[in-house]
Amino acid sequence: MASNNSIKKTLTVALALCIVCSVVVSTAAVVLQPTQQKNQELDRKSNILQVANLYEPGMDVDDAFDELITSRVINLETGEYSDRFDPQSYDQFEAARDPATSRTLSGEEDSAGIGREEMYSTVYLVGDNPDDPEQIILPIRGQGLWGLMRGFFAIEGDGNTIIGLSYYSHSETPGLGGEVDNPRWKSKWKGKEIYAEDGMSPDISLVKGGADSKYEVDALSGATLTSRGVTNMLHFWLSESGFGPYLARFHGNSEGA
Amino acid sequence: MAAESVKDVVLSPVFKNNPIALQVLGICSALAVTNSMSVSLVMGLAVIAVTACSNLFVSLIRQHIPSSIRIIVQMTIIASLVIVVDQVLKAYAYEMSKQLSVFVGLIITNCIVMGRAEAYAMQNGPVMSFLDGVGNGLGYAVILLIVGFFRELFGSGSVFGFTVLTPVQDGGWYVPNGLMLLPPSAFFVIGLIIWVLRSIRTEQVEKAEYRIVANSKAKIKESV
Repeated sequence: MASNNSIKKTLTVALALCIVCSVVVSTAAVVLQPTQQKNQELDRKSNILQVANLYEPGMDVDDAFDELITSRVINLETGEYSDRFDPQSYDQFEAARDPATSRTLSGEEDSAGIGREEMYSTVYLVGDNPDDPEQIILPIRGQGLWGLMRGFFAIEGDGNTIIGLSYYSHSETPGLGGEVDNPRWKSKWKGKEIYAEDGMSPDISLVKGGADSKYEVDALSGATLTSRGVTNMLHFWLSESGFGPYLARFHGNSEGA
Repeated sequence: MAAESVKDVVLSPVFKNNPIALQVLGICSALAVTNSMSVSLVMGLAVIAVTACSNLFVSLIRQHIPSSIRIIVQMTIIASLVIVVDQVLKAYAYEMSKQLSVFVGLIITNCIVMGRAEAYAMQNGPVMSFLDGVGNGLGYAVILLIVGFFRELFGSGSVFGFTVLTPVQDGGWYVPNGLMLLPPSAFFVIGLIIWVLRSIRTEQVEKAEYRIVANSKAKIKESV
């Protein structure tokens, strides 16, 4: 055993072990990546169905998604549908990192704390006519207390009445900010409205101590910063910098067309 | 060492020398992931896989591990295995891995894994070490499942997701005990399990290290 403790042997063992372990770990990561991505995709789709109130336990998520939901890519600045990207393969998180397809947000504008915003975003529509959908589901993201929160925000076809808000990835404190996942809190969003008057400045916000108008939702108790993060990211994504121009097109449409 | 039979090595950690109930190791994850049986089962399987394989690999190279870095070597092997297990769960049991979240990663810090590698695998052959890992993982999994059974039954009225006691919310008679869904309840359940085990197997009861003598007595008479 004494020879085991020589410096040479120690270094050799350490080095060999590191190489073997790193090969094993990276092989596992690479080999399993496609399956993991498929799972994430499925998870994302079932989240979209859930926020649109179309999800039923035991349903085939892939089929239901293909049948009920139309994905479209829109130009955030003009609010028009765009055919520049294929909605099936367009990855807006990737696009937000690429300087060619995104822009840097200045400190004041960046209330959601995301740093860079993509120029094109995917939207998910329920209903056959993209110009008069039944539901519009928008991907939103922004800083919470501990990190980025990503979710979906579902709106009626009038571009104003809220159906629901749901986060599929966040790292808020369980029991406090983590209550964004609580179905009871999520149900409070239904029927609220975003804009008090025509325009692109959202009025919807989280308030403490009882929401009493249709532009207010109860904040999460004990989670001031998470609530502020939620309000900020909604204000950002529903304003002129986000989906404002797109949603403005629907304001004339009748509610829940 | 040759006297140990395969059966002993695998089964004695389950009740006789249980890592949670007797050695009181690995409590952290036992508190956190036992609120439903299916989660407990997956966690138990993950720990069995990690303890068994880490014991196997540590034992295979035990003749070559320099004693000065042996803990780091064990740790590296365990950590790599945990990452592999985590990746496999993410690929094949996505929902489950979302629920287990950080606790799969925390298997690295589970004292049972490290303890067996250091105490058993460093001195024994690969096959026996592997079985010892399976046994200890099994001991952990059994306790997890028992705790999970009680917590899920009384906390949400179901077993493995199947409703047994219909809760009031769904029109039944059972009022779920919210405490059972919170981690502290696992303390009570584990405590009760230890009590039951030590009542049956009295040899597990530790000798008291000292006995407290009443103060007043000591002043009047000579104390013992």
